[in-house]
Amino acid sequence: MQDFTDQFVELIKSTSTDLSPDVENALAAACKQEAKGSAAEGALATILENIKLSRETGRPICQDTGTPIFHVWYPMGVSQRSLREQIKSAVRIATERACLRPNAVAALSGKNSGDNTGVDFPTVHFDEWEHDYLKAGLLLKGGGSENCGCQYSVPSPEFPASRDISGVRKAVLEAACKAQGMGCAPGILGVGIGGDRATSMIKAKEQLFRPLGDANPDPELDQMEKRLHREINELGIGPMGFGGKTTVLGVKMAQLHRVPASFFVSVAYMCWADRRKIMTIKNGKVTIEAP
Amino acid sequence: MAAKLTVPISEQQIRALKVGDQVLLNGVVFTARDAGHKYMIENFVKGTCPDSERLMYDVLKEGLKGGVIYHCGPVVRKRDDGKYEFVAAGPTTSIREEPYQADVIGHFGVRAVIGKGGMRDKTLKGCQEHGAVYLHAIGGAAPLIAECCKEVLDVYKLDFGVPEAFWKLHVEDFPCVVTMDSHGKSLHEKVRTDSEAKLQQLLAAG
Repeated sequence: MQDFTDQFVELIKSTSTDLSPDVENALAAACKQEAKGSAAEGALATILENIKLSRETGRPICQDTGTPIFHVWYPMGVSQRSLREQIKSAVRIATERACLRPNAVAALSGKNSGDNTGVDFPTVHFDEWEHDYLKAGLLLKGGGSENCGCQYSVPSPEFPASRDISGVRKAVLEAACKAQGMGCAPGILGVGIGGDRATSMIKAKEQLFRPLGDANPDPELDQMEKRLHREINELGIGPMGFGGKTTVLGVKMAQLHRVPASFFVSVAYMCWADRRKIMTIKNGKVTIEAP
Repeated sequence: MAAKLTVPISEQQIRALKVGDQVLLNGVVFTARDAGHKYMIENFVKGTCPDSERLMYDVLKEGLKGGVIYHCGPVVRKRDDGKYEFVAAGPTTSIREEPYQADVIGHFGVRAVIGKGGMRDKTLKGCQEHGAVYLHAIGGAAPLIAECCKEVLDVYKLDFGVPEAFWKLHVEDFPCVVTMDSHGKSLHEKVRTDSEAKLQQLLAAG
């Protein structure tokens, strides 16, 4: 089997240092909307300057390069075990080259492995697919934004809401308000509805790979995504939590089947430094691009 | 216009600052985050400094008096001459240090804490009592802030790992905004109160 280690290193470098245009454009549009001379405008102007500097100098957009979360779609006959080893090697090389901060620490002792590898670290999801080429997505998910994520079991004594789209709306609004500016607003919310506790959150995080301007194929969810985007911005938390017009750049939702007894709403918070890229390797040609 | 603030900082300079003021920070800054704060509390603030940590205690006592703590876990590069440099160095979320911060401020005489996301009542009260401020840096602006970190002067507790070590740096014109002052005012409290009221309105409207 071919070795893709170098290609994975490139994917990591691109994801860590070159923010996708959809996010950058949304931040630029948000900057124009804030009041002249406000802290919110200043924060967004600094963010935009930083994005350019990071691209020009090849340095990480944010020092918290987070948990590297890979999703690999591979053709029949490719070895998952080899791919996992190649990804681990790539992560070690990218850490040496200061594209990633050494971020993997043992849960209890806090001891840093020094090279971003450890027990189930980095995260890798695999799917075999029908095509004859390989596709790999990477999301670099920082800890500050990850801590703002949450999961609601609906209804519960602490969270009386209905098991329908209005209950979902309530959960997402609450989650956004609770996050304030702590996840580096303006962020992007991925929402998973249904599933079990684990699959629900994985689905929420998968939504972060969607382009900001896309439409949800489910009309009910599409409408709710747009409504929540507008309503969360009405909360006025603003960039960095300084107060302002843009608290989120988008809300992306998906539903999964669930057991009758459970109704989970999982919210994954992604910071403005929404670092995700997709790599395809087709007939020897490597392409790395925004989702 | 942003006011220049140079370490060591006096109580008078801190008391003059109000929420919303922009500041350009200059001088020596120590990074400290989760492991660092837990360590300072356990060994120095609550504990009687063990002999093994005596040198570290002296470094912190000298460096933090009138000094600055930066909530940051940087990406660093070791240069060919053996010295370190900061590659990316934005602030980390400060709220995790809420249980510790006020005590650390009081114990060492810290005048400013730089971070992001703001902190809560205990720290606000600590700032008021001891004469300190919370300075908000722009989260995620990592290469930009790294350019203000002109020199890595030293590193302590590197065995905590790169993000958690105490990095002693010289910064020039590090841009921050005062979001919690020494008079009990917090921008974060205001934004939280206003947004929670708006949330209730939205929920009631269904």
